[in-house]
Amino acid sequence: MAYADQDTGHHEGSNKFIWKYVFSQDHKVIAVQYGCTAIAVGLLALVLSWLMRMQIGFPGSLEFIDPTAYYQYVTMHGMIMVIYLLTAFFLGGFGNYLIPLMCGARDMVFPFLNMLSYWFYLVSVIILMSSYFVPGGPTGAGWTLYPPQAILQGTPGADWGIIMMLASLAVFIIAFTMGGLNYITTILQARCKGMTLMRMPLTIWSIFTATVLGLLAFPALFVSAVMLLFDRLLGTSFFMPYIVHMGQAMETSGGSPVLFQHLFWFFGHPEVYIVALPAFGLVSDILSTHARKNVFGYRMMVWAILAIGGISFIVWAHHMYVSGMNLYLGFFFATTTLIIAIPTAVKVYNWTLTLWHGNIHLNTPMLFAIGFISTFLIGGLTGLFLGNVAVDIPLSDTYFVVAHFHMVMAIAPVMVVFAAIYHWYPKMSGRMYNETMGKIHFWVTFIGTYLIYFPMHYLGFEGMPRRYYAYEGYEFISESAQGLNEYITVVAIFVGVLQFLFIYNMAVSLKYGKKAPANPWHATTLEWQTPDTPPCHGNWRDNLPVVYRWAYDYSVPGAEKDYIPQNVPGGHTEEDIEHGGDPQGAPA
Amino acid sequence: MALAIVLIAMVVGSVIFHFWSPWWFTPLASNWGAMDATIMFTFWVTGAVFVAVNLFLAYCVIKFKHSPDRRSAYEPENSKLETWLTAITTVGVFAMLAPGLIVYKQFVQVPDDAVIFEAVGHQWQWSYRLPGKDGALGKADNRNVTFDNPLGVDPDDPWGQDDLIVVGAPAHILVDQPIRFNLRSKDVLHDFYVPQFRAKMDVVPGLVSYFWMTPTVTGTYEVLCAELCGVGHYNMRSKVVVDTAEDYALWLRSQRTFAETQGGQAPGGDPVERGEQLAQQQGCMACHSLDGSRGVGPTWQGMYGRTEVLADGSSVTADDAYLRESITNPNAKIVQGYPPVMAAYPFSDDDLDAIIAYFMSLSE
Repeated sequence: MAYADQDTGHHEGSNKFIWKYVFSQDHKVIAVQYGCTAIAVGLLALVLSWLMRMQIGFPGSLEFIDPTAYYQYVTMHGMIMVIYLLTAFFLGGFGNYLIPLMCGARDMVFPFLNMLSYWFYLVSVIILMSSYFVPGGPTGAGWTLYPPQAILQGTPGADWGIIMMLASLAVFIIAFTMGGLNYITTILQARCKGMTLMRMPLTIWSIFTATVLGLLAFPALFVSAVMLLFDRLLGTSFFMPYIVHMGQAMETSGGSPVLFQHLFWFFGHPEVYIVALPAFGLVSDILSTHARKNVFGYRMMVWAILAIGGISFIVWAHHMYVSGMNLYLGFFFATTTLIIAIPTAVKVYNWTLTLWHGNIHLNTPMLFAIGFISTFLIGGLTGLFLGNVAVDIPLSDTYFVVAHFHMVMAIAPVMVVFAAIYHWYPKMSGRMYNETMGKIHFWVTFIGTYLIYFPMHYLGFEGMPRRYYAYEGYEFISESAQGLNEYITVVAIFVGVLQFLFIYNMAVSLKYGKKAPANPWHATTLEWQTPDTPPCHGNWRDNLPVVYRWAYDYSVPGAEKDYIPQNVPGGHTEEDIEHGGDPQGAPA
Repeated sequence: MALAIVLIAMVVGSVIFHFWSPWWFTPLASNWGAMDATIMFTFWVTGAVFVAVNLFLAYCVIKFKHSPDRRSAYEPENSKLETWLTAITTVGVFAMLAPGLIVYKQFVQVPDDAVIFEAVGHQWQWSYRLPGKDGALGKADNRNVTFDNPLGVDPDDPWGQDDLIVVGAPAHILVDQPIRFNLRSKDVLHDFYVPQFRAKMDVVPGLVSYFWMTPTVTGTYEVLCAELCGVGHYNMRSKVVVDTAEDYALWLRSQRTFAETQGGQAPGGDPVERGEQLAQQQGCMACHSLDGSRGVGPTWQGMYGRTEVLADGSSVTADDAYLRESITNPNAKIVQGYPPVMAAYPFSDDDLDAIIAYFMSLSE
């Protein structure tokens, strides 16, 4: 094959920094570019969350936070975190880095397209950031961008901000599509000899499924963004009924705001799993490696990933129980939503059972991985409240929802982002990081996020509505709620500031860290078996690896070491298989 | 070990927090006790799982901590255990779903004896309309909205003439009377939300959404907006008063019908009082505070006669001429730091005089 025969990428002149690190077609460099860009925008979104929290905890203490600014923070924080940080990081970052290495390929099958994907992503980020410099500033419509308010005066950034946001999303989706087609094609076509589908690490299964979800779901966001742009710029009425706005009749009619919500959440719910599934996969592999034990119930885990991916397309309207859609739809969507909890629960059981009778190393990546189980647990369980339509009606649009979705799709996935960075950093950089700093980072992040979000659910029980600039004068909110909000703000800022310790650790270790061995965790998957650390362009020197076993041969009875890499021949006897050996039952 | 301690502490702390927490549901004031019961059932089931899984994690972390002398067990799968766990989970999930759906069935079926009550949302206030003596609401459409007909009641529909129009004042409803809330929006999405009633619903322009409830406890409750509707979202307040039969009848008698509102308001009376009334009717205080605090628009406290810096850097004194212009053509001169989001209010000259008299009273 052409990609196997390519020389290792030095034909542009290996001395030229710009071709090696800027306009690189090496999936590993592109992965790092994706990751660093995502972290950079993520830090901005983190600062925005502090500003929001300052206004909620200490109203009026920062003079420049007026309602306009506050709603702009809310919107940009949400959109950046969901799309430009988490989606980009899991698929563009980890997907890019791990797919070719774990599949035993030299690179993505379309390296140039891969490079283009990153540059389009960067353009989308630049468009988004430039909305801070247009008249009126960025949009303050909330990350859901619901029309009609998103494109009307009365919402911040209705002149330019919303246009920039929609344009940026459209470009992001183009970037994602280029990357996504590449990931899928690579996983299906470029696996090395012996890497059958049922030998793939769960990381690859989950990224594969998440990418398929993305390719099917993002077009819905794309069309809704384009239609909303038309409504804003050309005066069409896709989402605009006849309305009287600020005392003036608008020249719109016949459109439906609910249609936008259906399109948005047809994308938006799979989006939750576009973020969560890669986290599920990565954490499975990290738990297995550091527990020195195979992932429990591998086949069940694969089916659970596929089931979650499939069902995630028929649950979207649980975001719309009180949207004014036909109420009878609630029966269907509540049922599908609670059904999706079953494969999700299976995954949680299997993670905990992976620890059972393990030999657990509590190093930094493992701490974050176990922290993920705990944080995801609470987020998943509160999902059972909000998915059940009769329970959702009182709780929707309150701080219970804010606490729920932060736990389930912010904190839990971010725990995995950290676990995965700490886990693969030695391979990516060739250096070890400072373990003490890593552990401090874990303790503050894990305990801190609990202290922030657990009490927040109770504000939701009390009925405190979300997306409020101020709560002054609402009698039903107890006075002590303000004290709780102050406390949450203080903890949030502390936890946020400590994230810089992580960045410091990563940056300094790049230069001063101990040299990393090729396989510091004694892991079985292929990326740890590369001849070079960090892997060279092309990953494998002369010969591609050959895979002889599944990805989880840890602590195999009778084996000399407590792990057998996937590319080590031999292995299973008939007897092993009978006793539950290689689950696909095909010894190499 | 530290991780196990933290996990256990978290579980214990969460349980203690739950029983200690002063933050809990507002006292129920509607028939939707079943919603609270479903929440509590879900709470205890999920709470038990939360405790069990975290303690299991803690146990694993202690019991199976790394030791060089030991090896992990090798057990790729255990179909029996996996089947059992899946089965138990399925039972648990459906045990929570089933009561939820039973409650929801009641929610979607409006009782036959429910009376209609209409709430209309627009940036950033609530207005209400209820049927007059004929027991039915007349047709209404945003196309009919004018300054004097803010709810867009069809002026040619005989059924609408006796509809009672409540603008800029609390709504009153009758205790123990099932009510179907019909919800309309003039501009963007809103959500009619009274925490004590539990039931809520979005208000969507272009359609009439609805929900039903029966108020069970008399008293005054706050109405909020629960769907982001622009910069004034957090301040879209109203009140709903749940009355006894006598109080309700008394209130009904003092309300004006649609036909009566079309005659125009007779000038006269104390101008300051009338100005205040007009401002309340138009919902001005959603954006303009009376106590000096910063809202979507400048505060009215001390505004009359104040010198304001405008968006273009020039300054202006808030005198009669400026204030009149700012009401009838608000975007002509915007005070620096505020968004240009105010509607034009084409008040009559008499009304403007009254409002400005009211402003002056706030600067004394």
